[in-house]
Amino acid sequence: MIPLRKALSSSVGKKFIMAFSGLCLGGFIVVHLLGNLALYRADGAAFNLYAATLESFGKFIIAAELGLIALFLLHAISAMLLKLNHWGARPERYSVVKSKGGESKSTLASRNMIISGGVIFAFVILHVWSFKYGPGITEGYTAAGGAHGEIRDLHRLVVESFHNPLIVSAYVFVMLLLGGHLWHAFWSGLQSFGLTNPRYTKGLYCLGSMFAVVLSVGFLMIPIWIFFDLSTVLLGAIK
Amino acid sequence: MSNTSQSRHSMHLTLLVWRQEGPHKPGSLEKFTAKNVSEDMSFLEMLDFVNEDIIKSGKRPIEFDSDCREGICGCCGVVINGQPHGPDRATATCQLHMRTFKDGDTIVIEPLRAKAFPIIKDLVVDRGALDRVMSAGGFVSVKTGPHADANAILIPKPIADLAMDAAACIGCGACVAACPNASAALFTSAKISQLALLPQGKPEAARRVTGMVEQMDKEGFGNCTNIGECRAACPKEVSIDFIAKMKREYFKAMFAPMESAAGDGGA
Repeated sequence: MIPLRKALSSSVGKKFIMAFSGLCLGGFIVVHLLGNLALYRADGAAFNLYAATLESFGKFIIAAELGLIALFLLHAISAMLLKLNHWGARPERYSVVKSKGGESKSTLASRNMIISGGVIFAFVILHVWSFKYGPGITEGYTAAGGAHGEIRDLHRLVVESFHNPLIVSAYVFVMLLLGGHLWHAFWSGLQSFGLTNPRYTKGLYCLGSMFAVVLSVGFLMIPIWIFFDLSTVLLGAIK
Repeated sequence: MSNTSQSRHSMHLTLLVWRQEGPHKPGSLEKFTAKNVSEDMSFLEMLDFVNEDIIKSGKRPIEFDSDCREGICGCCGVVINGQPHGPDRATATCQLHMRTFKDGDTIVIEPLRAKAFPIIKDLVVDRGALDRVMSAGGFVSVKTGPHADANAILIPKPIADLAMDAAACIGCGACVAACPNASAALFTSAKISQLALLPQGKPEAARRVTGMVEQMDKEGFGNCTNIGECRAACPKEVSIDFIAKMKREYFKAMFAPMESAAGDGGA
């Protein structure tokens, strides 16, 4: 009944796009963290093999990357269009603003999604540039990859980067922002799709908060773990 | 003894009230002193009380909206210390009592702020945008004729209750005022849901949600980002679950059969 173009450009449709792209990106970072769990091992063989296996998919991995870029852009552009509309919707600000609390989901995170999202977007560009397009086999970052032959020693690059306190601090900061972003995003995405129900709303909000904490801590512990060489330290303590 | 009693029951307050001569005139906060305000007064009675002194001094009184003064018409509605309808939950401005405040308090009173609610004067805003959203589909078309039998259409009690919860919306605009994005999603969703839940409203559900969302967007309201400030400010505690319901209704409407441009015609 509603033409698709009209539907997707409506306020409800734009939120469908935000929710769809956001939930897909949420799925991606779960997979990303699962793969990166290999970085918790001091021995880089598993991580290098994981990276090399992904690269070996060739065209398929390029298609997946293009899909991810499209999702990121869709999410970011929709967010900016929505934000522009919000600025216009209240030209004169209140002199005093105070939340009434209660069931409100108003938090520093939920009110500043555009800021956390913007920082994450800039971070992703730097992150991909420094690791995916960073020094590789030609620069001497090589490792033995078994059936794959000589593979890129991405683990060495990650470990070297995460011995720089500035990079570690920046990663921890951005991962905390990611946690805040996800805290609101998970529940909000489901609500935008109308997938919430009075019976499950509280549970879904809790689930979203846990999702945010697990992913944020899972990611931010990687640079800390490597910086302080915790696998050796903890292993030594156990021995 | 009488002095103690007097100080316990009456207060001296400082009011900072938004004053604006007209829709396109600049506005600013003006300071007033409210003396001997009884804690038993409603907020609007306090404004009446202050206005008496202002009128006596020959100045223009503070303009504000009110009608029923019993929390059902949705006419009153100002932002008090940054909160639509003031600090109490589930309370319209007319039901807010001055006992909520303390002697010596400073109260900032502003109009409901949104591009879609142009200021007419001081605290009076034009909420016609909400009426136009209603006109875009917030009704059911019925055949007039002989009186229908009562309960001819059975409605399960939980559904009737839910529709009633949505229908509790008095259209005051506090949700728009409280929303950081000035979105009218809670109002529109309540009006869509109260009809979409009932059998009489279902035949026009797709047309209704399409028209009302389109009108809501045209009026210049912001978009809902699921922050829920609207729910906290709503004097009737309308739930944001109705916003989820509106999303489902819209999704269904996207796949509903096309209506022919020429209309149904009939045999």
